[in-house]
Amino acid sequence: MTIDTTPKMTWWNRLSHPGQFVALTRPLILPLALLTGVLFAAGLWYGFFSSPPEKYMGDTVRIMYVHVPTAWLSQFVYATMAVSALGTLVWRHPMADVSMKAAAPLGAAFTAMALFTGSLWGRPTWGTFWEWDGRMTSTLVLLFIYLGIVALWRAFDDQLRAARVVAIFTLVGAVNIPIIKFSVDWWSTLHQPASVFRADGPTMPGEILTPLFVMFFAFTFLFITLQLAAMHTEVRRRRITTLERRAARGEA
Amino acid sequence: MIALGAHAEFIISAYAGVFLGLAALIGWTVLAARQTKRRLEELGDNQRSNGSAQ
Repeated sequence: MTIDTTPKMTWWNRLSHPGQFVALTRPLILPLALLTGVLFAAGLWYGFFSSPPEKYMGDTVRIMYVHVPTAWLSQFVYATMAVSALGTLVWRHPMADVSMKAAAPLGAAFTAMALFTGSLWGRPTWGTFWEWDGRMTSTLVLLFIYLGIVALWRAFDDQLRAARVVAIFTLVGAVNIPIIKFSVDWWSTLHQPASVFRADGPTMPGEILTPLFVMFFAFTFLFITLQLAAMHTEVRRRRITTLERRAARGEA
Repeated sequence: MIALGAHAEFIISAYAGVFLGLAALIGWTVLAARQTKRRLEELGDNQRSNGSAQ
Protein backbone atom coordinates (compact mmCIF):
# COMPACT_ATOMS: atom_id res chain seq x y z
CA MET A 1 0.00 0.00 0.00
CA THR A 2 1.32 3.43 -0.85
CA ILE A 3 0.28 6.79 0.48
CA ASP A 4 -0.03 9.55 -2.08
CA THR A 5 1.72 12.57 -0.59
CA THR A 6 1.58 14.71 -3.73
CA PRO A 7 -0.17 17.99 -2.87
CA LYS A 8 -3.43 18.50 -4.75
CA MET A 9 -3.43 21.36 -7.30
CA THR A 10 -6.18 23.61 -5.95
CA TRP A 11 -7.21 26.78 -7.82
CA TRP A 12 -5.21 28.76 -5.20
CA ASN A 13 -2.06 26.73 -6.02
CA ARG A 14 -2.62 27.22 -9.73
CA LEU A 15 -3.13 30.97 -9.36
CA SER A 16 0.08 31.26 -7.35
CA HIS A 17 2.17 29.96 -10.25
CA PRO A 18 2.78 32.83 -12.71
CA GLY A 19 2.68 30.57 -15.79
CA GLN A 20 -0.51 28.85 -14.62
CA PHE A 21 -2.06 32.23 -13.79
CA VAL A 22 -1.37 33.54 -17.30
CA ALA A 23 -2.62 30.31 -18.90
CA LEU A 24 -5.82 30.41 -16.82
CA THR A 25 -6.63 34.09 -17.29
CA ARG A 26 -5.41 34.76 -20.85
CA PRO A 27 -8.64 33.39 -22.47
CA LEU A 28 -10.62 35.94 -20.42
CA ILE A 29 -9.04 39.02 -22.03
CA LEU A 30 -10.91 39.01 -25.37
CA PRO A 31 -14.41 38.35 -23.93
CA LEU A 32 -13.79 41.00 -21.25
CA ALA A 33 -12.62 43.52 -23.89
CA LEU A 34 -15.71 42.82 -26.02
CA LEU A 35 -18.03 43.14 -23.01
CA THR A 36 -16.32 46.42 -22.07
CA GLY A 37 -16.80 47.78 -25.61
CA VAL A 38 -20.50 46.86 -25.64
CA LEU A 39 -21.03 48.43 -22.19
CA PHE A 40 -19.30 51.68 -23.27
CA ALA A 41 -21.42 51.86 -26.45
CA ALA A 42 -24.61 51.28 -24.44
CA GLY A 43 -23.55 53.71 -21.71
CA LEU A 44 -22.79 56.49 -24.21
CA TRP A 45 -26.08 55.89 -26.02
CA TYR A 46 -28.06 56.01 -22.74
CA GLY A 47 -26.02 58.96 -21.48
CA PHE A 48 -26.45 61.17 -24.52
CA PHE A 49 -29.64 60.02 -26.24
CA SER A 50 -31.84 58.40 -23.60
CA SER A 51 -31.37 60.40 -20.41
CA PRO A 52 -32.92 63.82 -19.82
CA PRO A 53 -31.16 66.93 -18.46
CA GLU A 54 -31.30 67.12 -14.67
CA LYS A 55 -33.70 69.60 -13.03
CA TYR A 56 -31.00 71.80 -11.45
CA MET A 57 -27.77 70.92 -13.25
CA GLY A 58 -29.21 70.67 -16.75
CA ASP A 59 -27.05 68.83 -19.30
CA THR A 60 -23.93 69.04 -17.14
CA VAL A 61 -25.29 65.98 -15.29
CA ARG A 62 -23.91 63.97 -18.25
CA ILE A 63 -20.39 64.63 -16.89
CA MET A 64 -21.44 62.45 -13.93
CA TYR A 65 -21.48 59.38 -16.23
CA VAL A 66 -17.69 59.61 -16.59
CA HIS A 67 -16.87 61.35 -13.29
CA VAL A 68 -18.52 58.93 -10.83
CA PRO A 69 -17.13 55.71 -12.43
CA THR A 70 -13.57 57.12 -12.55
CA ALA A 71 -13.89 58.37 -8.94
CA TRP A 72 -15.20 54.91 -7.89
CA LEU A 73 -12.28 53.22 -9.67
CA SER A 74 -9.74 55.56 -8.04
CA GLN A 75 -10.78 53.99 -4.70
CA PHE A 76 -11.55 50.46 -5.92
CA VAL A 77 -8.11 50.12 -7.56
CA TYR A 78 -6.48 51.23 -4.32
CA ALA A 79 -8.55 48.65 -2.39
CA THR A 80 -7.33 46.02 -4.90
CA MET A 81 -3.75 47.12 -4.20
CA ALA A 82 -4.31 47.02 -0.41
CA VAL A 83 -5.66 43.44 -0.60
CA SER A 84 -2.70 42.52 -2.83
CA ALA A 85 -0.36 44.14 -0.28
CA LEU A 86 -1.81 41.84 2.40
CA GLY A 87 -1.30 38.95 -0.03
CA THR A 88 2.37 39.90 -0.30
CA LEU A 89 3.03 40.45 3.41
CA VAL A 90 0.78 37.81 5.00
CA TRP A 91 0.45 34.96 2.48
CA ARG A 92 3.57 35.67 0.37
CA HIS A 93 1.41 34.96 -2.68
CA PRO A 94 3.67 35.21 -5.77
CA MET A 95 1.03 36.98 -7.86
CA ALA A 96 0.11 39.53 -5.16
CA ASP A 97 3.01 41.88 -5.84
CA VAL A 98 2.48 41.46 -9.61
CA SER A 99 -1.12 42.63 -9.04
CA MET A 100 0.06 45.57 -6.86
CA LYS A 101 2.56 46.71 -9.48
CA ALA A 102 0.13 46.38 -12.41
CA ALA A 103 -2.66 48.30 -10.64
CA ALA A 104 -0.70 51.41 -9.53
CA PRO A 105 -0.45 53.25 -12.89
CA LEU A 106 -4.06 52.32 -13.72
CA GLY A 107 -5.22 53.76 -10.38
CA ALA A 108 -3.20 56.93 -10.96
CA ALA A 109 -4.79 57.39 -14.40
CA PHE A 110 -8.35 56.88 -13.12
CA THR A 111 -7.73 59.28 -10.22
CA ALA A 112 -6.38 61.94 -12.61
CA MET A 113 -9.48 61.46 -14.79
CA ALA A 114 -11.78 61.81 -11.75
CA LEU A 115 -10.08 65.08 -10.77
CA PHE A 116 -10.18 66.38 -14.36
CA THR A 117 -13.88 65.60 -14.92
CA GLY A 118 -14.74 66.82 -11.42
CA SER A 119 -13.18 70.21 -12.03
CA LEU A 120 -14.96 70.51 -15.40
CA TRP A 121 -18.25 69.64 -13.69
CA GLY A 122 -17.53 72.01 -10.80
CA ARG A 123 -17.05 75.13 -12.96
CA PRO A 124 -20.63 75.34 -14.36
CA THR A 125 -22.34 73.97 -11.20
CA TRP A 126 -20.32 75.54 -8.33
CA GLY A 127 -18.68 78.39 -10.23
CA THR A 128 -15.12 77.12 -9.64
CA PHE A 129 -12.77 74.54 -11.14
CA TRP A 130 -11.19 73.77 -7.76
CA GLU A 131 -12.04 74.05 -4.08
CA TRP A 132 -9.83 72.80 -1.26
CA ASP A 133 -12.64 70.80 0.32
CA GLY A 134 -12.24 67.40 2.01
CA ARG A 135 -13.26 65.22 -0.96
CA MET A 136 -11.17 66.99 -3.62
CA THR A 137 -8.10 67.44 -1.41
CA SER A 138 -8.09 63.81 -0.23
CA THR A 139 -8.51 62.63 -3.84
CA LEU A 140 -5.53 64.78 -4.86
CA VAL A 141 -3.57 63.18 -2.00
CA LEU A 142 -4.61 59.77 -3.40
CA LEU A 143 -3.13 60.74 -6.80
CA PHE A 144 0.17 61.67 -5.10
CA ILE A 145 0.15 58.35 -3.21
CA TYR A 146 -0.33 56.46 -6.50
CA LEU A 147 2.51 58.41 -8.14
CA GLY A 148 4.71 57.75 -5.10
CA ILE A 149 4.01 54.01 -5.38
CA VAL A 150 4.84 53.98 -9.11
CA ALA A 151 8.11 55.82 -8.34
CA LEU A 152 8.89 53.41 -5.47
CA TRP A 153 8.55 50.38 -7.77
CA ARG A 154 11.02 51.98 -10.19
CA ALA A 155 13.49 52.83 -7.43
CA PHE A 156 14.37 49.16 -6.73
CA ASP A 157 16.21 46.69 -8.94
CA ASP A 158 15.22 43.84 -6.65
CA GLN A 159 11.46 43.57 -7.25
CA LEU A 160 10.89 41.16 -4.34
CA ARG A 161 12.38 43.68 -1.91
CA ALA A 162 10.44 46.48 -3.62
CA ALA A 163 7.22 44.47 -3.15
CA ARG A 164 7.59 44.40 0.66
CA VAL A 165 8.38 48.13 0.88
CA VAL A 166 5.54 49.04 -1.50
CA ALA A 167 3.12 46.74 0.37
CA ILE A 168 3.80 48.54 3.68
CA PHE A 169 3.52 51.96 1.99
CA THR A 170 0.26 50.88 0.31
CA LEU A 171 -1.29 49.71 3.59
CA VAL A 172 -0.29 52.96 5.34
CA GLY A 173 -1.77 54.97 2.44
CA ALA A 174 -5.02 52.99 2.68
CA VAL A 175 -6.04 55.22 5.58
CA ASN A 176 -6.86 57.85 2.93
CA ILE A 177 -9.68 55.73 1.40
CA PRO A 178 -12.19 56.06 4.29
CA ILE A 179 -11.20 59.74 4.50
CA ILE A 180 -12.23 60.20 0.84
CA LYS A 181 -15.42 58.18 1.35
CA PHE A 182 -16.63 59.92 4.51
CA SER A 183 -15.18 63.41 3.87
CA VAL A 184 -18.58 64.62 2.65
CA ASP A 185 -20.12 63.60 6.00
CA TRP A 186 -17.29 64.78 8.25
CA TRP A 187 -16.61 68.24 6.83
CA SER A 188 -18.51 71.09 5.23
CA THR A 189 -18.10 70.56 1.49
CA LEU A 190 -19.43 71.52 -1.92
CA HIS A 191 -19.84 67.82 -2.72
CA GLN A 192 -23.26 66.31 -2.15
CA PRO A 193 -23.57 63.37 0.29
CA ALA A 194 -24.01 59.82 -1.06
CA SER A 195 -26.97 59.71 -3.44
CA VAL A 196 -26.71 56.21 -4.99
CA PHE A 197 -25.61 53.71 -2.32
CA ARG A 198 -27.89 54.70 0.58
CA ALA A 199 -29.81 52.65 3.13
CA ASP A 200 -33.08 54.19 1.90
CA GLY A 201 -32.25 53.70 -1.79
CA PRO A 202 -30.92 56.00 -4.52
CA THR A 203 -32.27 59.54 -4.69
CA MET A 204 -31.83 59.79 -8.48
CA PRO A 205 -34.47 59.04 -11.11
CA GLY A 206 -34.15 55.78 -13.06
CA GLU A 207 -33.34 57.46 -16.39
CA ILE A 208 -30.20 58.99 -14.83
CA LEU A 209 -29.30 55.91 -12.77
CA THR A 210 -29.39 53.61 -15.83
CA PRO A 211 -26.56 55.28 -17.82
CA LEU A 212 -24.65 55.79 -14.58
CA PHE A 213 -24.74 52.06 -13.75
CA VAL A 214 -23.95 51.00 -17.33
CA MET A 215 -20.90 53.32 -17.42
CA PHE A 216 -19.93 52.16 -13.91
CA PHE A 217 -19.76 48.55 -15.16
CA ALA A 218 -18.05 49.61 -18.43
CA PHE A 219 -15.22 51.32 -16.53
CA THR A 220 -14.98 48.48 -13.99
CA PHE A 221 -14.68 45.82 -16.70
CA LEU A 222 -12.13 48.00 -18.51
CA PHE A 223 -10.04 48.06 -15.34
CA ILE A 224 -10.28 44.26 -14.93
CA THR A 225 -9.23 43.76 -18.57
CA LEU A 226 -6.28 46.18 -18.35
CA GLN A 227 -5.25 44.79 -14.96
CA LEU A 228 -5.09 41.22 -16.30
CA ALA A 229 -3.16 42.35 -19.42
CA ALA A 230 -0.72 44.39 -17.28
CA MET A 231 -0.22 41.41 -14.92
CA HIS A 232 0.61 39.15 -17.89
CA THR A 233 3.13 41.78 -19.09
CA GLU A 234 4.72 41.97 -15.62
CA VAL A 235 5.06 38.15 -15.51
CA ARG A 236 6.82 38.25 -18.90
CA ARG A 237 9.01 41.17 -17.73
CA ARG A 238 10.23 39.08 -14.77
CA ARG A 239 10.90 36.16 -17.08
CA ILE A 240 12.97 38.51 -19.26
CA THR A 241 14.99 39.63 -16.20
CA THR A 242 15.64 35.99 -15.26
CA LEU A 243 16.74 35.09 -18.80
CA GLU A 244 18.94 38.18 -19.16
CA ARG A 245 20.68 37.42 -15.84
CA ARG A 246 21.17 33.81 -16.91
CA ALA A 247 22.61 35.01 -20.24
CA ALA A 248 24.93 37.45 -18.46
CA ARG A 249 26.28 34.56 -16.36
CA GLY A 250 26.87 32.62 -19.56
CA GLU A 251 24.32 29.90 -18.76
CA ALA A 252 22.02 30.55 -21.71
CA MET B 1 -25.73 65.32 -32.29
CA ILE B 2 -27.97 66.30 -29.40
CA ALA B 3 -27.92 69.83 -28.00
CA LEU B 4 -25.87 69.97 -24.81
CA GLY B 5 -27.08 73.34 -23.57
CA ALA B 6 -25.12 76.37 -22.41
CA HIS B 7 -22.25 74.33 -20.93
CA ALA B 8 -21.57 72.08 -23.92
CA GLU B 9 -17.84 72.92 -23.92
CA PHE B 10 -17.44 71.51 -20.39
CA ILE B 11 -19.30 68.29 -21.25
CA ILE B 12 -17.37 67.77 -24.50
CA SER B 13 -14.02 68.56 -22.81
CA ALA B 14 -14.75 66.08 -19.98
CA TYR B 15 -15.61 63.24 -22.38
CA ALA B 16 -12.73 64.10 -24.75
CA GLY B 17 -10.25 64.15 -21.85
CA VAL B 18 -11.46 60.85 -20.44
CA PHE B 19 -11.48 59.04 -23.80
CA LEU B 20 -8.03 60.42 -24.70
CA GLY B 21 -6.81 59.20 -21.31
CA LEU B 22 -8.39 55.77 -21.84
CA ALA B 23 -6.93 55.53 -25.35
CA ALA B 24 -3.47 56.35 -23.94
CA LEU B 25 -3.92 53.78 -21.14
CA ILE B 26 -5.02 51.03 -23.57
CA GLY B 27 -2.26 51.95 -26.05
CA TRP B 28 0.41 51.89 -23.31
CA THR B 29 -0.84 48.50 -22.03
CA VAL B 30 -0.84 46.96 -25.54
CA LEU B 31 2.57 48.45 -26.40
CA ALA B 32 4.15 47.16 -23.17
CA ALA B 33 2.69 43.68 -23.83
CA ARG B 34 4.08 43.62 -27.40
CA GLN B 35 7.53 44.83 -26.30
CA THR B 36 7.85 42.11 -23.64
CA LYS B 37 6.64 39.40 -26.06
CA ARG B 38 9.16 40.56 -28.68
CA ARG B 39 11.99 40.61 -26.12
CA LEU B 40 11.14 37.08 -24.98
CA GLU B 41 11.25 35.92 -28.59
CA GLU B 42 14.68 37.57 -29.01
CA LEU B 43 15.87 35.71 -25.92
CA GLY B 44 14.61 32.47 -27.44
CA ASP B 45 12.27 31.70 -24.57
CA ASN B 46 10.46 28.45 -25.28
CA GLN B 47 8.03 29.03 -22.40
CA ARG B 48 6.75 32.34 -23.71
CA SER B 49 3.50 30.86 -24.98
CA ASN B 50 2.29 30.06 -21.46
CA GLY B 51 4.02 33.01 -19.83
CA SER B 52 5.93 30.88 -17.33
CA ALA B 53 8.17 32.88 -15.05
CA GLN B 54 11.16 32.06 -12.92
